[in-house]
Amino acid sequence: SLRRRLCILKGIYPHEPKHKKKVNKGSTAARTFYLLKDIKFLLHEPIVNKFREYKIFVRKLRKAYGKSEWGTAERLKDNKPTYKLDHIVKERYPTFVDALRDLDDALSMCFLFSTFPRTGKCHVQTIQLCRRLAVEFLNFVIASRSLRKVFLSIKGIYYQAEVLGQPITWITPYAFSHDHPTDVDYRVMATFTEFYTTLLGFVNFRLYHSLNLHYPPKIDGQAEVELKPAEGKEYAMDSESYLEKLSALSASLARVVAPTQEDDVEMDEFPVEGETAEQMDARKKEQEALEKHKKLFEGLRFFLNREVPREPLAFVIRCFGGQVSWDKSLCIGATYDVSDPSITHQIVDRPRVEQQVVGRYYLQPQWVFDSVNARLCLPVADYFPGVLLPPHLSPFVTEQEGDYIPPEKLKLLAMQRGEDPGEESEEEEEEEEDDDSDKDEEEEDESEKEEEIKLKKMEEQKTQSNKALPVKVTAGKVRLEDKQRLEQEQQSEEKRLAIMMMKKREKYLYKKIMFGKKRKIREANKLAAKRKAHDTAVKEEKKKAKKARRA
Amino acid sequence: ADPIPTPPHLSLSSLLQDIRNTVGNIPMEWYQDFPHIGYDLEGKRIYKPIRNKDELDKFLEKMENPDYWRTVQDKMTGADIKLTDEQVDLVHRLQKGQFGDVHFNPYEPAIDFFTHEVMIHPVTNRPADKRSFIPSLIEKEKVSKLVHAIKMGWIKPRKPKEDTPTYYDLWAHEDPNSILGRHKMHVPAPKMKLPGHEESYNPPPEYLLSEEEKLAWEQQEPAERRLNFVPQQYRCLRAVPAYPRFIQERFERCLDLYLCPRQRKMRVNVDPEDLIPKLPKPRDLQPFPTTQALVYRGHSSLVRCISVSPSGQWLASGSDDGTVRFWEVCTARCMKTLPVGGVVKSIAWNPNPTVCLVAVCVEQSVLLVNPCLGDKLLYGATDQVLESYVPPEEERVQPVQWVTATSEEHGRGIRLTVQHSKALKQVTWHGKGDYFATVVADNSNMQVLIHQTSKRWSQNPFRKSKGMVQCVLFHPIRPYFFVATQRYVRVYNLLKQELTKKLMANCKWVSSMAIHPAGDNVICGSYDSKLAWFDLDLSTRPYQLLRHHRKALRSVAFHKHYPLFASGSDDGTVIVCHGMVYNDLLQNPLLVPVKVLKGHALTLDLGVLDVAFHPTQPWVFSSGADGTVRLYT
Repeated sequence: SLRRRLCILKGIYPHEPKHKKKVNKGSTAARTFYLLKDIKFLLHEPIVNKFREYKIFVRKLRKAYGKSEWGTAERLKDNKPTYKLDHIVKERYPTFVDALRDLDDALSMCFLFSTFPRTGKCHVQTIQLCRRLAVEFLNFVIASRSLRKVFLSIKGIYYQAEVLGQPITWITPYAFSHDHPTDVDYRVMATFTEFYTTLLGFVNFRLYHSLNLHYPPKIDGQAEVELKPAEGKEYAMDSESYLEKLSALSASLARVVAPTQEDDVEMDEFPVEGETAEQMDARKKEQEALEKHKKLFEGLRFFLNREVPREPLAFVIRCFGGQVSWDKSLCIGATYDVSDPSITHQIVDRPRVEQQVVGRYYLQPQWVFDSVNARLCLPVADYFPGVLLPPHLSPFVTEQEGDYIPPEKLKLLAMQRGEDPGEESEEEEEEEEDDDSDKDEEEEDESEKEEEIKLKKMEEQKTQSNKALPVKVTAGKVRLEDKQRLEQEQQSEEKRLAIMMMKKREKYLYKKIMFGKKRKIREANKLAAKRKAHDTAVKEEKKKAKKARRA
Repeated sequence: ADPIPTPPHLSLSSLLQDIRNTVGNIPMEWYQDFPHIGYDLEGKRIYKPIRNKDELDKFLEKMENPDYWRTVQDKMTGADIKLTDEQVDLVHRLQKGQFGDVHFNPYEPAIDFFTHEVMIHPVTNRPADKRSFIPSLIEKEKVSKLVHAIKMGWIKPRKPKEDTPTYYDLWAHEDPNSILGRHKMHVPAPKMKLPGHEESYNPPPEYLLSEEEKLAWEQQEPAERRLNFVPQQYRCLRAVPAYPRFIQERFERCLDLYLCPRQRKMRVNVDPEDLIPKLPKPRDLQPFPTTQALVYRGHSSLVRCISVSPSGQWLASGSDDGTVRFWEVCTARCMKTLPVGGVVKSIAWNPNPTVCLVAVCVEQSVLLVNPCLGDKLLYGATDQVLESYVPPEEERVQPVQWVTATSEEHGRGIRLTVQHSKALKQVTWHGKGDYFATVVADNSNMQVLIHQTSKRWSQNPFRKSKGMVQCVLFHPIRPYFFVATQRYVRVYNLLKQELTKKLMANCKWVSSMAIHPAGDNVICGSYDSKLAWFDLDLSTRPYQLLRHHRKALRSVAFHKHYPLFASGSDDGTVIVCHGMVYNDLLQNPLLVPVKVLKGHALTLDLGVLDVAFHPTQPWVFSSGADGTVRLYT
């Protein structure tokens, strides 16, 4: 309906009234409420008239078809009313940063629509436009090297880029044809996409210009020559092959002003006020780490086998400065062949590789993603073809104190700190893990115990200094423990009594917080216990296998 | 050699036996239920073959008849027709998509009507028309019209349409004034939750669901699930399938964006420890009872009421087993047992230290008992005072009967009996020890009676009943009288004989009441497990409602000297609170719970039935449904 489309385009959302019963005339049934102001605001939108015109156009067209007046229909179609959403974009996002902040959904939607088949569900133009915009954005991310995190989930692939300090996260589905669900209203999605494509187009324009790149993007002249299909065969029409070349993601883009060495002038550093030297150092270090991260794959040459997903891998590798190629028959834009001796890594996703070439690593695709997330090139041994892969962890999780941290993450953190756990024997590792899980379990008691021990020590010292005879000290010890316990009991009782005196609202809040905390601890403990059980099971399995081998 | 058989109606012989059906092209099922199948040319019925074939017949025929495969049923007549060889051949050809005619050749060489080779002779020899050399006038007219229209600007050439949207720098001039008030009010949509480890295609093994967890997940409502997917592990990236709910999730996000009401919610970021109020430490508020010191055993049923003598040496307790026992406080020794032959509802020791008298409520009467304990002079004097009564000259009409005890009763200690018309609930003494008030379980205006011991006469202070009276109390200093009904506490001035205050208890059913010895503060216990503290100077509403107990409160008590009050409840605990009242009117009373005393066992869902403080020491007595009285010091 008209109102729904307007609400979507203008970003009007319902409000929760303060007094639901009062607004709802006494009934408590669930209803959605819009602010009157918002609805009035919708009425002033000039696009309303355009929508009405469009409605009239549809009516006329239907009439013409009904009367079989083909000429009229043709004429009407030529004069189809169109509308633009530019001013709405500007109105909703008065500054560019606002637009960037809201880019997550726009990107995810565009990436989804660009994978739709060209038939049915929505207009072909929309799909093509989505594909174009998505590819342009990917090219921008490559050019600006702003990708930060990648995550292979069971839903799709998550990417996180940092543009102008804003984290932008989007998800792309795995490249399979969609099983189109019936309980989805595609009209709603199409309306959203209409707005998102407009937004993304303007954002892309601005982003390209911020990097001095041409928009619409042009492939670098030198690269273009390389990309020309050999043997003078026409690959496709120029307009079509352009997008394909662009989506191959292997060529760099042409700049408006050719980059010169002078452009890389080091930025002068101005100390931020109120910042101590330590903070500045930390900032500097972070900056350096970021620069290093951006050049993670610099100088490496990758080759993608035909069974690995080409686009995500090519995108990720190029984002971190690596060179990438693939089989010529797979996609346009392959720059070198399998037989190229300078290839350092070949990404393979099959259990066994026949005819291995010496001088390159054969790795599973997870290595690329894990390396990106770990901000360093991980040891390759775990990722050889056919090897049982280490777990793929989410880079979006930052564990707080008291949360469960999987042992792999701990290992990774140690590696990032520069410690080298690599050469430890397996047994030791396992022991370590056991210790970790134990720690988690005892976490609650630990602090109390520590305090207890401290206090005990202090008391002991006191008694020792007071009394010269050591015999009496041991005699006193038993009593001391009792005292300790008594004190603790007393304290806990005091707390209980104080809780009794809390106001009703505060007590509710307190109980809720405590419940949440306890649940968190319980969950962490459960995960730790599960891990422990799993590890012991694996160990026993190994032992059995060993025995079997011996026998 | 015509392969197509002549239609039967053309040959004469077949005409004779023509049984063509005349019903036309209709679904033959319409004749299913009739014996005939249609009509012939003469309008007579064509009957179906007499015997319908059942499955068995069909099977037998299939097995035995060698021509079964080429037999078809004529739907119009119902007769079986055996196809000839030619007809079978025709069917085969049609099945293969070939022409029906065997001799038809679809690939004969095409002969052009006009050959592509240029002939030397024209096909027609007609000379060209003159009109083919002269420009057409009609066309000229049409063209000139168009030209004129274009000249006049009536027709405009069609603009080339732009298909692709054009983009430009939309934010070239970011002007801060364009940020409207709307944007300040705008609540940006929250971002999608970022995925955790469990969403990985190859998560750590502890994140995978076990069998029972999976079952539980399946049984949960989709809205209740903490994860909207089941974590799964794939050995390699190649094995990861498409996520079937991808489009749905995007769609749900869209719906959320435009249909969900948005609201700014302040996330409470407080340390839970900060929420706990900073109270003075109980240790600093000593003395108060902390441990159970003595247990007074002897009663065989629940002990409903206790009372301590003003000297603090003796304790009287009344029980459902129909006895009143007198105990020595320090030794827990039962000094005396007084059978009264009924449930003792209430007991009260005379607060006057010069009088040794206990009022006991038994069924419909109040017994004034002299326990004959302690100083002989004292209890002797009490007896003398009671005996010195001289009846007045003229008999007054009294709501109750005062009966002097018989000698046998006198021997047991009973001195006077005040007989009421209905069962009694409570008895309480005035501070001076001469007057006492009783509450009758009744709903009339006779509920509360005030008696004077020395003159042995009683009066009914109220003309009208204001609801079920739960308990009454005398003000310790001033001539006020407190009456607690189910929800209110009314304060009457006995001298002026008027209502001075009505306290709203904010609870469903008041069970008990106690007054601070200074007389400005009242506490009320209620059956809905609340304790209301009233500051009479402050307001008629409770200064504080304490919900410390988990079950109904049975009794409350104030200490005479120490700033302590206690409450006993059905959950079997006595909670002792510090209740400091300051002389400064501006400073509000300070209430701090200091101790939870446990000890009484729950019997019949009842815990503590009565609590009383020792008059001089910071000790508290409690009587319970388990038939014991306990002393906490």
